[in-house]
Amino acid sequence: MSENMPVQSNGGVADLEGRWRDIYTYLERPGPLANDGFEPGDQVKEFLHTLKILVIGAGGLGCELLKDLALMGFTDIHVIDMDTIDISNLNRQFLFRASDVGKPKAEVAANFVMKRVPGVKITPYFGKIQDKDEEYYNQFTIIICGLDSVEARRWINATVITMFDEEDPETFKPIIDGGTEGFKGQSRIILPRMSACYECSLDMQTKPTTYPMCTIANTPRLPEHCIEWASVLEWAKEFPDKKLDGDDPEHIKWLLDKASARAKEFNITGVTYTLTQGVVKNIIPAIASTNAIVAASCANEAFKIATNCATAMNNYMMYVGDQGVYTYTFELQKKEDCPVCGGKAIKVEINPAHTLEDLMDLLMDRKDIQLKKPSLRTGTKSLYMRAPRMLEEATRPNLGKQIRELMEDGEEVTVTDETLPISIQMTVRFTE
Amino acid sequence: MLNIMSLKKKKAEGGGEGGPKKPKTTAAQIRLQKDLGELDKLPSTMTMSFPDPNDVFNFQLTIRPDEGFYKGGIFRFTFKVNTNYPHEPPKVLCTQKIYHPNIDLEGNVCLNILREDWKPVLNISAVMVGLQYLFLEPNADDPLNKEAAEVLRSNRRLFEQNVTRTMRGGSVEGVSYADVTR
Ligand SMILES: [Zn+2]
Repeated sequence: MSENMPVQSNGGVADLEGRWRDIYTYLERPGPLANDGFEPGDQVKEFLHTLKILVIGAGGLGCELLKDLALMGFTDIHVIDMDTIDISNLNRQFLFRASDVGKPKAEVAANFVMKRVPGVKITPYFGKIQDKDEEYYNQFTIIICGLDSVEARRWINATVITMFDEEDPETFKPIIDGGTEGFKGQSRIILPRMSACYECSLDMQTKPTTYPMCTIANTPRLPEHCIEWASVLEWAKEFPDKKLDGDDPEHIKWLLDKASARAKEFNITGVTYTLTQGVVKNIIPAIASTNAIVAASCANEAFKIATNCATAMNNYMMYVGDQGVYTYTFELQKKEDCPVCGGKAIKVEINPAHTLEDLMDLLMDRKDIQLKKPSLRTGTKSLYMRAPRMLEEATRPNLGKQIRELMEDGEEVTVTDETLPISIQMTVRFTE
Repeated sequence: MLNIMSLKKKKAEGGGEGGPKKPKTTAAQIRLQKDLGELDKLPSTMTMSFPDPNDVFNFQLTIRPDEGFYKGGIFRFTFKVNTNYPHEPPKVLCTQKIYHPNIDLEGNVCLNILREDWKPVLNISAVMVGLQYLFLEPNADDPLNKEAAEVLRSNRRLFEQNVTRTMRGGSVEGVSYADVTR
């Protein structure tokens, strides 16, 4: 801890007289707009100031989110980010200075906001979201994401939804997800198993721009075609065992040289280092104002969910700022066959000396799920796969094996069935 | 709607049962398990194999076309599915060096649904059908092997001869190909 960290005290939030006056206006009295069950008073204020909220991502959206939340009365904020500060971030990620280049975003952002907003505690974690387990995520009341990758979003969505146990309301964590692409953005609320989740809307996500293979191979017309030719075809030919890393300047330089030569051959102009990196990493230019708008909407929803003082949005707000300005809020529908939230979570108890076949019989006898041809896998093992044929043959011997040889007590098993649109997450408990 | 504060108040004493951390099943894995579990009626021209049956993200497909230019050949592909499936398509490579207008000498395949036309509603089965179709109807308009495409366009008889010769390990224009008849 550095010496110039703000002094913390438990009553820190009250240190500055009147600082929460405006916020308290909404928390001290009921009103026609308050949500059902809203109870104004000290308890809700205390709750706002003490609940733990997690911000995932300390980039363009993350900087805005941390600032907004700290100024709205959230005082126990955690932030995760795996990146370090790059000089190109400084134009919009306003918690960073030139002297911070190379340092972890989460740590610099946390220190900056703590210094600027006395009494707020921000706990940074410099690393990947996948480093943390359920116990970590379970400590938060609300999780806000300001991420730029589909993969990271899918991971956190699945993690938070599968950890929700209906018998333990404490495990219910609303996710507020913000995203921007240039002048467009969206914010949305995901209530595990109650509203549409990220996976439900996977087909709405803009996919990375790709070009037909034959175009990049034979008839390039754009600088992007030359770069893709270098990154998709030539890289694999030259370095069959090396994974292309968009953050490695040497890799980008190699692609740039290859792509430039090809561009020259086809009289194409515009291949640059920035474009090469942009194509490889699928970078969409970020606009500071879009980040501010989307983050503000997310922080707003966090405040409403935390205090219940007004109705939260239901459940998706799209913001379009390139053609004039337009926003539209609608209810995104939950998908019944969503692999993450559409499935059913069940618990099964079985004597571990019984066989996998016994477990399958037990499952097929259950009237509430109606399985006919189940396939079963744990996170790492194919227990029994009904198809394709080679997998069926390879896993058939497992049917006669004892449960304890195949899994551990409390292990999660995914059950799918051709006749069932949904999947089932089964927790297997041993009886003995 | 929900009242998050009241949820908190209900909290029972004593957190979690602890226990060892188990690997989590990802959404990609669930979706893939569903896709694969439904492949129980493969056409007789296709066989799938899994070098490691526990690893469903990596597998091989063998296609034995029963008609067309490529009848009699046995064509092998590797599928690599990543954790961003089905947002991203599987990566498919032909493991043999073959003479085909839409497959280059490194095994890259020009099939629209493997790149620009991929959608999350598509699945492994759709890709397999697409690959099989390439052997029934090689397409001279989307060339990866430009020379082969040119021959197909200008002289189908010669193309047929080239295919037959290369499938047995022969060469065309100084390039020798893999024997795909075994
Ligand atoms: Zn869902």
